[in-house]
Amino acid sequence: MVHFLTIHQLLEQLRTGELSSREATQACLDRVEKVDGRLNAFISVDASDALAQADAADQSRAAGEDLPMLGVPVAIKDVLAVKDQPLNCASKILGEFNSPYDATVIQKLRAAGAVVFGRLNMDEFAMGSSNENSAFGSARNPWNTDCIPGGSSGGSAVAVAADECIASLGSDTGGSIRQPAALCGCVGLKPTYGRVSRYGLVAFASSLDQVGPFTKDVRDAATLLQVIAGADEQDSTNVPEPVPDYSAALSGDVKGLRIGLPREYQVKGLDPEVKAATDAAVKQLEALGAEVKEITLPHTEYAIATYYIIATAEASANLARFEGVRYGARLDGADPEEMNRKTRGAGFGEEVKRRIILGTYVLSSGYYDAYYLRAQKVRTLIRQDFLKAFEEVDLIASPTTPTPAFKIGEKTGDPLQMYLSDIYTISCNLAGLCGISVPCGFSKAGLPIGLQLLGKPFGEPDLLRAAHAYEQATDWHTHRPNLD
Amino acid sequence: MEMDLSRAVKLARIELTPEEEQRLAPQLGEVLQYVKKLNELDVSGVEPTAHATPLSNVTREDEPRESLSQEDALRNAPKTANGLFVVPKIVE
Repeated sequence: MVHFLTIHQLLEQLRTGELSSREATQACLDRVEKVDGRLNAFISVDASDALAQADAADQSRAAGEDLPMLGVPVAIKDVLAVKDQPLNCASKILGEFNSPYDATVIQKLRAAGAVVFGRLNMDEFAMGSSNENSAFGSARNPWNTDCIPGGSSGGSAVAVAADECIASLGSDTGGSIRQPAALCGCVGLKPTYGRVSRYGLVAFASSLDQVGPFTKDVRDAATLLQVIAGADEQDSTNVPEPVPDYSAALSGDVKGLRIGLPREYQVKGLDPEVKAATDAAVKQLEALGAEVKEITLPHTEYAIATYYIIATAEASANLARFEGVRYGARLDGADPEEMNRKTRGAGFGEEVKRRIILGTYVLSSGYYDAYYLRAQKVRTLIRQDFLKAFEEVDLIASPTTPTPAFKIGEKTGDPLQMYLSDIYTISCNLAGLCGISVPCGFSKAGLPIGLQLLGKPFGEPDLLRAAHAYEQATDWHTHRPNLD
Repeated sequence: MEMDLSRAVKLARIELTPEEEQRLAPQLGEVLQYVKKLNELDVSGVEPTAHATPLSNVTREDEPRESLSQEDALRNAPKTANGLFVVPKIVE
């Protein structure tokens, strides 16, 4: 049952010598073998590479070394470069791509002693909320395999919720960590924009993307964030703010912490079971000593429109590099332009095409001011709403998603409906905030529900403190899907 | 609303099948119609936000430093010769 352990539980057993990293890594690999045929969380796994890292970790420990994550197996979303491993972004267009270097977060994980393994399934180029846009087939929700696991980091959430790894990394552009964490019943943290390096993360929307952890509890989220956070001269958007001791924030004490409930978040599509579970979670935080008050975020209804202009515009520029010249698959053409057109037409999936075309449209001459520039201005208004709210409160609480996981295929024909389900997660990225989703209950059908907490820029300590205190008072995070 | 895709599709250099074009045009039209919602707001005098960090013009000394080797930089390319990327003929 080693694969069920959290990072801190496993480290304890590794330190006492009760377990080796090889045993822990083998347990995760066995679990993948046993359940992943049904879940499709992993695109690929290099077992011998993982076991070699585990053996090296065991040798280091035998030699008296101790590091923050020495010997802990961590699985990686297929959007981060891991040296000499494939990198596909769950797309066909990258062909047989093999990373020539490690992303900064991977270097940091290695320096902390972690065993880095697996390529986790996702929506192609991180574009999607359901994991159905993967060229490798959809990952499935471990609580009900007819349901989506959420996206885009669906595989990262499934692998943690189904105990196929001890923790994982994903990326979040408009909710891609928090939303699948909520739908699969694990903890997902999106750090503040600029907190974690994106060097080696394949860019989707550069003003919004951020790398973050998926874990089985909040203590683990603090541990993993500690390892990956910090300045990096390879990423010019990385803010040189000192990294605090996140574990020190886990005091269990939320007395006097001010939590805001946005009036505008009582939307029409909010499922009554989700509302009841998140209301109860806020009550719990209040009972623990937090002060709860209503706040207003007047531009909430414009967030999705703003996001889908800015994110697609940035994506259309970032994905221009996939043109069949420098990497990936190529379809031949009589001239470079025809080669580009054919390569991209055959290599990209439909959602990626939709977004690139939309992004190209809103940036094209004649439309730039009306769409893109206007969206950037509304982004300012959305950001100001939050900064104003954070003068009155320390955190903002809401559901992570308006509904529990929906059925695979339910929304595929209607992209706009899919976009509208991102209502609670999207503003966080536009405003450059940090956010976390923690398990807070189940629907009658047995699907997980997530509570989202949002914090000020670089307010991760408050976020972790409240999430941890809530988790200590409840046992939702200990529930596991039955996969036997 | 039907969106005239042809110019954006050409600029984006993506070849669509006729079936794809038929599916995408109304879907994108619907999304464009939805984002027009932003026209309800008065944004005169509002500064645009390009990104949410306080940083600007992050620079470093322009000095040579270690980077990918030529071999590593080329190893994922579909076609190379003599240390270069190969593309279809551009000039007659």
